[in-house]
Amino acid sequence: MENNIQPTDIYALALHHRFQWEEAQSSYVILFPEGMVKLHGGAGEVIKRLDGKLSVADVVTDLKATFPDAQNIENDILGMFDLAVGKAWLRKVN
Amino acid sequence: MTQASLGDSLVQKEVHAQQQNNGVAANITHTQPLWLLAEVTYRCPLHCAFCYNPTDYDKHTQNELTTEQWIQALRDARKLGAIQLGISGGEPLLRDDIEDIVIEAKKLGYYSNLITSGVGLTEKRIQAFKEGGLDHIQLSMHDITEEINNFITNTKTFELKKKVAAMIKNHGYPMVLNVVIHRYNIGHIKEILEMAEALGADYVELANTQYYGWSLVNRSQLMPLKEQIDEAERITNEFRQKVGNKMKIFFVVPDYFGNRPKKCMNGWGEVFMIVTANGDVLPCHSARVLPNIEFPNVREKGLEWAWKDSPAFNKYRGDDWMKEPCRSCSEKENDLGGCRCQAFLLSGDAESADPVCSKSPNHHLIEQAIEESKNPQIQAQPIIFRTDKNSKKYASGESTERIDSFHAIP
Ligand code: SF4
Ligand code: SF4
Repeated sequence: MENNIQPTDIYALALHHRFQWEEAQSSYVILFPEGMVKLHGGAGEVIKRLDGKLSVADVVTDLKATFPDAQNIENDILGMFDLAVGKAWLRKVN
Repeated sequence: MTQASLGDSLVQKEVHAQQQNNGVAANITHTQPLWLLAEVTYRCPLHCAFCYNPTDYDKHTQNELTTEQWIQALRDARKLGAIQLGISGGEPLLRDDIEDIVIEAKKLGYYSNLITSGVGLTEKRIQAFKEGGLDHIQLSMHDITEEINNFITNTKTFELKKKVAAMIKNHGYPMVLNVVIHRYNIGHIKEILEMAEALGADYVELANTQYYGWSLVNRSQLMPLKEQIDEAERITNEFRQKVGNKMKIFFVVPDYFGNRPKKCMNGWGEVFMIVTANGDVLPCHSARVLPNIEFPNVREKGLEWAWKDSPAFNKYRGDDWMKEPCRSCSEKENDLGGCRCQAFLLSGDAESADPVCSKSPNHHLIEQAIEESKNPQIQAQPIIFRTDKNSKKYASGESTERIDSFHAIP
């Protein structure tokens, strides 16, 4: 982890970025000036939950409750935060 | 509009996160026209020496699509998967229906971008764009000096551009600046970046001139030296270190000084679709220079047919069309043989390797062009500006000035 994500951190989508479901891609995407990323699998589920109020720990708890069968997802989720912060798709709110 | 603002640089801006395998791999698909560029008009109040619009654009200024036709095109492209919309030209603000196009784009879920010289952007219009849901505005800037701005655009627009930049910022838009780089401003890269920072730019694109349209006509007048480009890149990297994530800087490298071509448009008919002012549907800006291709028009069979089935869009998809040395080249996935238009314009063979490639039998044409650009006598020839008058001369065949060595009208 390069960006030292803490359970108490609160993130929101970076300014001028838009997150939406794309039917044609069957996936979530993030859009920003002159670029887009297509988010696979769980990544969309993580970003979807970022409302500027939930903390990283809250997101983990919520995802565990939503996907009770998924194993060890905590590391994946933290990895997603790390990646998204590194790419500047997210901004820290607190 | 200004160069490389959507096409080539798209490749650079794709975010490849696949390597970071946290179960969250991200990439971009390659089967849909993700990018729709609407070149809504070829009319323009500026006369930029490097404009990549076709030199015979004057032919297409009388039969522009109507608002309804644009709205239909937006709907059809969205169904095909288009998501990034560039509204460009010419100067798009010369049309008074951009507000309607913006509203429709928002309704359809596009991420929309107005690509403008700033001429015609008023408080009233920007307010309407904001309310209509336009996502960002990309402004072309030319130099830190009034003299060079006004010279290269052949207009007095320097003060206006600064005013417009402030207006964009005041309305809460991300500030995206596009600066085309050429002989006249390459020595000012540091100052240009400082100006961008002072204006509060979020993204800056330093687009080295690529030689199509008017910039091909003015190639010897615009091309900087290799050493100048290296220096510009060094300064850019230094500046990046300094500003960090606050301002993203893209440096679009010029292909003439590389020995491999660019993967033009990220592949013919792969992710990019242009609808031009008169409704022609093109896989790249200059495709109309190519021989023996009839491009579809939205007035005829619609965009789905154009993208999926038209002979034009299928002609250079994949690599079946390739000749040697590309056909058996181990690097062909990297660049798909480069740019078809550049190959044809310079060599007369649209299926040959892009002459930029050092393996191309026509590579000497690039070396020759670089040599010519250093020749003081050739340099001294005046710039031919992008004006209706000059365009009419090329379109009618009255003039072939500085284009007769090319295999099509650029
Ligand atoms: S003349 Fe200049 S502003 Fe007008 S379309 Fe060409 S590059 Fe853009
Ligand atoms: S020979 Fe053709 S495919 Fe190979 S690198 Fe050159 S342009 Fe690309």
